[in-house]
Amino acid sequence: MTLMKRISLIFRAKADKALDRAEDPRETLDYSYKRQLELLSKVRRGVADVATSRKRVELQAGQLHQQSDKLTQQAQKALSMGREDLAREALTRKSVLSGQLADLEEQRAQLQAEEEKLTLASQRLQAKVESFRTQKETIKAKYTAAEASTRINEAFSGISEEMGDVGMAVQRAEDKTAQMQARSGAIDELIASGALDDVSSLSRGDDISRELDAMSSQSDVESELAALKAGASSGGTQALEQGDTAPPAQVEATPVIEPRREEGPA
Amino acid sequence: MIVRILSEGQWEVAEDRLDSLNQLDSAVEAAVESGDTAAFATSLAALLDAVRGAGSPLPSDSLEDSDLILPPSDATIEEVRELLSDDGLIPG
Repeated sequence: MTLMKRISLIFRAKADKALDRAEDPRETLDYSYKRQLELLSKVRRGVADVATSRKRVELQAGQLHQQSDKLTQQAQKALSMGREDLAREALTRKSVLSGQLADLEEQRAQLQAEEEKLTLASQRLQAKVESFRTQKETIKAKYTAAEASTRINEAFSGISEEMGDVGMAVQRAEDKTAQMQARSGAIDELIASGALDDVSSLSRGDDISRELDAMSSQSDVESELAALKAGASSGGTQALEQGDTAPPAQVEATPVIEPRREEGPA
Repeated sequence: MIVRILSEGQWEVAEDRLDSLNQLDSAVEAAVESGDTAAFATSLAALLDAVRGAGSPLPSDSLEDSDLILPPSDATIEEVRELLSDDGLIPG
């Protein structure tokens, strides 16, 4: 037997098993209809859940973009101060962020695809449920319990297959979303803890902005003064201005490089 | 005959296409049995494309059941194995 045939038989057997049959087949109709409406609202909730996850991933990507821009500015500032080592460090961290951004983009695309798929599934199910409701009313109005039985089987087979399909689609979407939520939860924690300022363990404890700020406090005034003296035509002005927009975090860290400067005299 | 692609919908496909679909189906089956992920992805895509290409979609409100049911386009080999098992993906 072909794979398609085997899947069909097993799928239908399962879908049929999921159907609770009442003694009076007409009651089964009502019961099934109730289940269909429940499934319909479950799919709609599924669509909303996936959309929420997608928006969360988009928000995170936005935050990482900001971090990435900040690292670019830091690299520019470091270069303008002649600290190629710091600039290199900033760019290294930025490349780590780029990897995470690519991962987020992939997640976003997957979530969007799930969202579209579930939206279509809910539309199909809605059309079928509506069609089932019409048939159900006709059957109940026209036939006795005994007569209804064959009619009902016809109406059921199509809808129960659809319910099996949609139920599975919702389940798969939930599984995928749960996996991604775990990953995005980890990124949220990183962002919240500020650990992304110190992306990965590439440079332990030696934070670029701390060192840059320390340097800035000493040299910014000097270089700005020099830039002012040199006049507005100076090419370095732009880099300095961009550098100034970096948040002046952890100024208290200045002593980190202070001792180095005093090593000479001591 | 009516073919359902899970997560996607149903298509009405002419009976005379069954032979060519069966051939494509055998390739998917072989890939599932050997666990060849790459062959599985390409053969499943080919099978589903053939159904979409040869068939015309059933209207959404149709309540007909399908003669053949195919895995979703993004299914993994494991998921197909689950579809073939007694306790599978369909929640009760």
